[in-house]
Amino acid sequence: MLVMFNSYKVNTLEYKPELCIGCAMCWTVCPHGVFAGGEKAQLVKKEACMECGACALNCPADAISVRSGVGCASAMIKAALKGKSIDSAECC
Amino acid sequence: MSESIGIEIPIFPASSALGWADYWDHFLARLRWKRGEHRVRPGLYSLGKPGQDSPVLVSANYTLSFDALRSALKGIDAYILVINTFGVNVWCAAGKHTFGTEEVVERIETSELARVVRHRTVILPQLSAPGVSAHIVKKQSGFKVEYGPVRSGDLPEYLKTHTATTDMRRVRFGIVDRVVLTPVEMLGYLLYTLVAAAGLFFWGGWAATLMVVLSVVGGAILFPLLLPWLPTRDFTTKGWSLGIVITLAVSLVNMLVLGTDATLAHKVLTTVSNFLIWPPVTAYISLNFTGASTFTSRSGVKGEMISYIRPLLISFTMGIILNIVAKFVH
Repeated sequence: MLVMFNSYKVNTLEYKPELCIGCAMCWTVCPHGVFAGGEKAQLVKKEACMECGACALNCPADAISVRSGVGCASAMIKAALKGKSIDSAECC
Repeated sequence: MSESIGIEIPIFPASSALGWADYWDHFLARLRWKRGEHRVRPGLYSLGKPGQDSPVLVSANYTLSFDALRSALKGIDAYILVINTFGVNVWCAAGKHTFGTEEVVERIETSELARVVRHRTVILPQLSAPGVSAHIVKKQSGFKVEYGPVRSGDLPEYLKTHTATTDMRRVRFGIVDRVVLTPVEMLGYLLYTLVAAAGLFFWGGWAATLMVVLSVVGGAILFPLLLPWLPTRDFTTKGWSLGIVITLAVSLVNMLVLGTDATLAHKVLTTVSNFLIWPPVTAYISLNFTGASTFTSRSGVKGEMISYIRPLLISFTMGIILNIVAKFVH
């Protein structure tokens, strides 16, 4: 039962370990421990990613990509009501 | 020393002590009173008696952010570089990129930081990372970006070694974090709730009033409190479950205490309609709490909306129709 009703299993985070230079930035900036350290970064908790984009923006090797945005329903609803794409929603 | 250097560009003195005016400002800011106007003047500030080797900490120009930072640094000599985030907190501003690479670089230049300190490091809050590209700041300004801990309270410990523990690097959403959000959540729905509660009293009596009030309280107060313990992962289904329990409770109270001499058919229809109308209300308010949480992704919230908005509306509408039908069944 608990496996169902989970919309957060899928996200847009992608990591190409072959490009990683081991600079430690991604596992430093991630507030949810999605990456673990080592010689190269390891993607250990992909499901915990909230798509804030910090890792991708701070990766000097372009090894990480994520479509960042706000996980905020009221912002998306507001955008939708204004006839805009819900992907254009901005928070606060 | 540094005091003689900042002749043209002012360095504002700051204190690590907070006064009543600050607390009052924080209270108003938490209530979202004059949102966006709780600002600090951007620029370079000195805390204690900083010198050329003192650390430079970067902050947003939102009073709650700036005050959290300076009050955490009691007894520490440091510079605080306040950038212009238009009165928005660090994390939200980073999301919008107003706490961003460009603004950090520009503020390092306009404050002539390179003349004030001898080292070339700025410490940014970890939660500014969604807006700042550390390697680009370094390339454009010559200053290395060091991401400090998530919470300013961990800074004194962090500054000793310039390394953060795993715990310092994780954002939390504990019971206290959630509780402080509930008054504002409730305030946002208060007017609608009062209007609906008054209107529904004439339509369905005390039971209907109780139903609307508890459904909103459920979504705005109980939901944030109970968040980790409600079943399923999705906010909507967590809220929906909570709403069903609330409706069940009200139905029982209604049967035992407020029981009228209506027919069984009327009672059954009204009760069923309540289960269709009210849990979706609690669920919808719960879905709207995603933005206040610290972990929901855009993809996930989008998924929730695609999955649930339609069922919520269908249930709500069918419930209202059934409730009207029940009025005519005696």
